Amino acid sequence: MLIRLPDPIRPSEITPPSAYLSRRQLIAGAAAFGLLPAGAVLAEAFPNLRKSDYKVDEALTSQKDVTHYNNFYEYGLDKEDPSANAPGKLKTRPWTIKVGGECAKPGTIDIDALIKESAIEERVYRHRCVEAWSMVIPWAGVPLADVLKRFEPNSNAKYVAFETLFDPAQMPGQRSGGFAWPYKEGLRIDEAMHPLALLAVGLYGEALPAQNGAPLRLVVPWKYGFKGIKSIVKITFVETRPQTLWNLYSSREYGFYSNVNPAVDHPRWSQAKEHRIGEFGRRPTLPFNGYAEQVAGLYAGMDLKQYF
Amino acid sequence: MAALALRFGAERWIRPLAHLACALPLAWLAGRAALDLLGANPVEAAIRFLGDWALRIALLALAVTPLRQVTGFSGLARYRRMLGLWGFAYAVLHLLGYVVLDQFFDWDTIGHEILKHKFITAGMAAFALLLPLAVTSTQGMIKRLGGPAWRRLHRLVYLAVPLAALHYIWMVKAGRTQPSIYLAIALLLLLSRWVYARRR
Repeated sequence: MLIRLPDPIRPSEITPPSAYLSRRQLIAGAAAFGLLPAGAVLAEAFPNLRKSDYKVDEALTSQKDVTHYNNFYEYGLDKEDPSANAPGKLKTRPWTIKVGGECAKPGTIDIDALIKESAIEERVYRHRCVEAWSMVIPWAGVPLADVLKRFEPNSNAKYVAFETLFDPAQMPGQRSGGFAWPYKEGLRIDEAMHPLALLAVGLYGEALPAQNGAPLRLVVPWKYGFKGIKSIVKITFVETRPQTLWNLYSSREYGFYSNVNPAVDHPRWSQAKEHRIGEFGRRPTLPFNGYAEQVAGLYAGMDLKQYF
Repeated sequence: MAALALRFGAERWIRPLAHLACALPLAWLAGRAALDLLGANPVEAAIRFLGDWALRIALLALAVTPLRQVTGFSGLARYRRMLGLWGFAYAVLHLLGYVVLDQFFDWDTIGHEILKHKFITAGMAAFALLLPLAVTSTQGMIKRLGGPAWRRLHRLVYLAVPLAALHYIWMVKAGRTQPSIYLAIALLLLLSRWVYARRR
């Protein structure tokens, strides 16, 4: 399939590096004077970070909003709960991700090794929540396909299943009933191998904050946000469609695909428009969240009203 | 005890205090909005806050009669209209928040949501039921309608408040505990009226 990249970036669209740089210098300075605990060297989160051509031509959502308006039910149901509760509780180091199932080389990923050895890209993606709000976020991450290929999935690998950490001591929300913890998500193998699918390790040039799914989360920009599973500890290649937490919770409301689709309403609310955080009013929602040109081919011939 | 307080002229300061208490959430919201403390999605935060208080005050209004029946303290009845109107005021602001701040008069979408999405249907229905009650809340209207007809009309509140609670339950994705408690309280208050009416 032919993949078309978005239009080339105009220099004026890029967030001035000086904005990151000054913040980094400030943090480095603070660290040097012992104002920050050892190990909190955010300044050099990604020395190998490079800008990517995957970038939307829209204003970024502020870093404060991106990091203080979150759905992460492991830390509470309100949008402000994750930023209040996750940072003190989630231990992101050491962190390994077990990769297995239908592949030739099952193994593990160490998060520090992944960050060190990969070319970390900054990609500016739209983020559309199923609750009809949206953001524009500068993620830092690695294409999911690059990581998955290392484990050499075999021909039985039709789907990829993801799992979040299960540890109620670190994630108190997992003590409450109603959900089939741990959080589970899945993609079809061709969706997972699509160049837009990203494993994010940071945002705004800094390490991923706990409330955004540290240290490693999935970003699938043409799907509703809940597909972007957070704090991943397990990736499995499987032959049959994996179960996902929200689909188990209410299959009528949350389909396996959950592609952003203004023509298919959620039973609870309309999906035709969205509230972009930081703006007033609502803007129309785009098919596949504006990535139709790149991903519509994945679903050729499928009735998207049935496979919502 | 309450009757004793009234005998000493407490009514003179209870009423203004009750008004103040009902206005307090609104003042709190205005203050938070002015200081930009409503978070990343201030419109949603304001709409939910107003809806919460509309429901809470409506439940208080609904509790007046059962409380009077249980305690035998008839002085409570004089606060019923005040509470009902305050609850309605919060409901008006809640609805205005949705129509103006959230949808910005997009009547097509609003119409679609009323027809297709049951939580909006329930909310709108609850509001539609409350509207004639607010309009007929004056002494003049009570006289004009006559006591029995007025009372019959105002029984619509028995439908409106549970509908409002249902509107809340159907709105949330998860975390149905709080809205379910509201619905349970509403049903309990109705049940107590029914039990009381049958005993008499």
